[in-house]
Amino acid sequence: MSKKQKNNLCRCIISLVLVVALSVTFHFIEMPWFVELAAFLIPYFVVGYDVLFKAAKNIRNGQVFDECFLMAVATIGAIATGEYREGVAVMLFYQIGELFQSIAVGKSRKNIADLMDICPEIANVMHEDGTVTEEDPDDVEVGSIIVVNPGERVPIDGVIIEGDTSLDTSALTGESVPRAAHPGDEIISGCITLSGMIKVKTTKEFEDSTVSKILELVENSSMRKAKAENFISKFAKYYTPIVCYSALALFVIPPVIRLLLGMPADWIDWLMRALTFLVISCPCAVVISVPLSFFGGIGCASSKGILVKGSNYLEALASTGTIVFDKTGTLTKGVFEVQEIYAEDGVSRDLLLERAANAESASSHPIAESILRAYKATFNKDINHILIHEVEEIAGHGVSVCYKELPDGVIETIAAEDIDGMATHVKIYAGNLRLMKLVGADVPDVHDEGTVVYIAESYEQKATKYLGCIVIADQLKETTKDAMTGLSKQGIKTVMLTGDAEKAAKRIAEKIGISEYKSELLPGDKVDEVEKLLASLGDQDDEKRARLAFVGDGINDAPVLARADIGIAMGAMGSDAAIEAADVVLMDDDPAKISLAMKISRKTLKIVKQNITFAIAVKVLCLLLGALGFANMWLAIFADVGVMVIAVLNATRTLRIKN
Amino acid sequence: MKKTYKVEVDCAACAEKMQEAIKNTEGVKDATLSFMTLKCKVEFEDGVDPDTVIQEARKNCKKIEDDMEIFI
Repeated sequence: MSKKQKNNLCRCIISLVLVVALSVTFHFIEMPWFVELAAFLIPYFVVGYDVLFKAAKNIRNGQVFDECFLMAVATIGAIATGEYREGVAVMLFYQIGELFQSIAVGKSRKNIADLMDICPEIANVMHEDGTVTEEDPDDVEVGSIIVVNPGERVPIDGVIIEGDTSLDTSALTGESVPRAAHPGDEIISGCITLSGMIKVKTTKEFEDSTVSKILELVENSSMRKAKAENFISKFAKYYTPIVCYSALALFVIPPVIRLLLGMPADWIDWLMRALTFLVISCPCAVVISVPLSFFGGIGCASSKGILVKGSNYLEALASTGTIVFDKTGTLTKGVFEVQEIYAEDGVSRDLLLERAANAESASSHPIAESILRAYKATFNKDINHILIHEVEEIAGHGVSVCYKELPDGVIETIAAEDIDGMATHVKIYAGNLRLMKLVGADVPDVHDEGTVVYIAESYEQKATKYLGCIVIADQLKETTKDAMTGLSKQGIKTVMLTGDAEKAAKRIAEKIGISEYKSELLPGDKVDEVEKLLASLGDQDDEKRARLAFVGDGINDAPVLARADIGIAMGAMGSDAAIEAADVVLMDDDPAKISLAMKISRKTLKIVKQNITFAIAVKVLCLLLGALGFANMWLAIFADVGVMVIAVLNATRTLRIKN
Repeated sequence: MKKTYKVEVDCAACAEKMQEAIKNTEGVKDATLSFMTLKCKVEFEDGVDPDTVIQEARKNCKKIEDDMEIFI
């Protein structure tokens, strides 16, 4: 509790004790009315002086219709009509309610802050002379060496220069399996080292580090308000004056009509009804619970590695009907791997792979690297570069090398000068169909999936012989299929955009169960496709139309991320460009997080709707009862603070949404 | 030019009013106040001195809701 809250609590207790004591006293001892009034005014002022003071000040500033004014009028009204105890009690319970609300809000604020408690307090900086001092991360310069002990949070982004460790990235990505890190690896702030001390050379200032970026993003998210929040602000703007004028009408009109009809006016009764009406009317329950729900939802999402840049995006996510995926890097790993080896009859798969690896051994192209990786995995050894010469890149076709093949049983580590005597020279060609044509190799089967490398060889003067081909493709992520199934189950249309050939695209689409795909797209075509899909969803300005989200890896797809209703960037940990361009950022690259994000958004929206409906329904009901004379001040207080506390508690449920 | 200020305010409805008051201050282009984070982001017009403008905004807020503070 803050100092102010403690102070208020004291006032409430003192006043409560006084009210009870006075009520008991006056129950047994009869006193003149002015003594009773004077006695009750003491607890009244103890608990309510600030409310009266504020009401007076606000009236002077031309702000008439606010809570304090309502409470002042209602309680003074009650006291003026002889209900001294009621008047004090109403003020007392109003203050207790306010106190409770302030504690509830403070607590949920703290809960959310704890959820985002990834901010490192100190950095252990190592100086040139080897001494280590604790410093504020803000003061650490780029290129400093920092020491991170086991169990500590990495304060600043950098590169490990010494020591091995495993990293707990759960605060950033929601991923609980620790990740191994070794010297030379980049390390991002916010991770916790679990074992072993490491030394890190910082590559960024604290304020540019991942942890600062994330905190800033989440804190700013509540600045981008959702439609529901804007609706509430507008609602409050009109609601309060309407209620005040209604109360005035309730006080004036019925008694006048009664007088005209020749009945007693009952001014006091109608005044009490009007005052009850005013107390019920406070819009705070709705006004607070809506942003609180959104904030809780955003906090919950970020604890699971999903950063949502604003309440408006969380809201839009809930009404998303179509999700468009860029294939590479989102559905697939974005890393090329050998998928299939098609060897011709009479050629072993191993020989084909070996030939291919030898041909590609001098290249650093991703395709070549994937073949070399597959070679290493199969044979558990590296290519012997001594055996390869005359490497020739044929632009737009592929590569040819001359390979010195040793007879079986000769170990490859023999001296270089001995090789030439024993080896047979083989010319190896590896490349596309055009290369095969160029060298006169006859290719019987043409493959169309992924990237295909065809391999041919020729022994000295003999004709070129086609050996087979190796298919290289991007590998699907482990969770892709489940993620797509999950989304389809939620009734969401999934679309894949890819530059792959039609057949290959179709095969992948069927494999992962995506509802639609668009193949053979050039990078620029993706924006057009998204435009087309957007147009098919209906009018741009129609607020009720289903939303379209685009998921990309943040590389090269910034325009599409911006064009879609919601741009989701994936695997963005440490990538500033993606964090900048997207509306929702997935810290790790798990596509299953998308359905989790949608779940959180829907649940949050559901809670928001519950709160709006509940609060307004209870208020309207109480207002009606108040107008008809069935509601007393106690019910009015419940309708004000009770509803608010319930709504706040309901809103904090967003913090605990589970997968 | 944008600046973020820490604020203190007790109720959500008051926060809304404060936001309006800051927005309506001369020299302020736009303002967003988040009751949840108790932070206010103010975008100033070009060529004004943010320090004097925010003082003015604070005065305007005080007029509406005495029980608030902008930490300048």
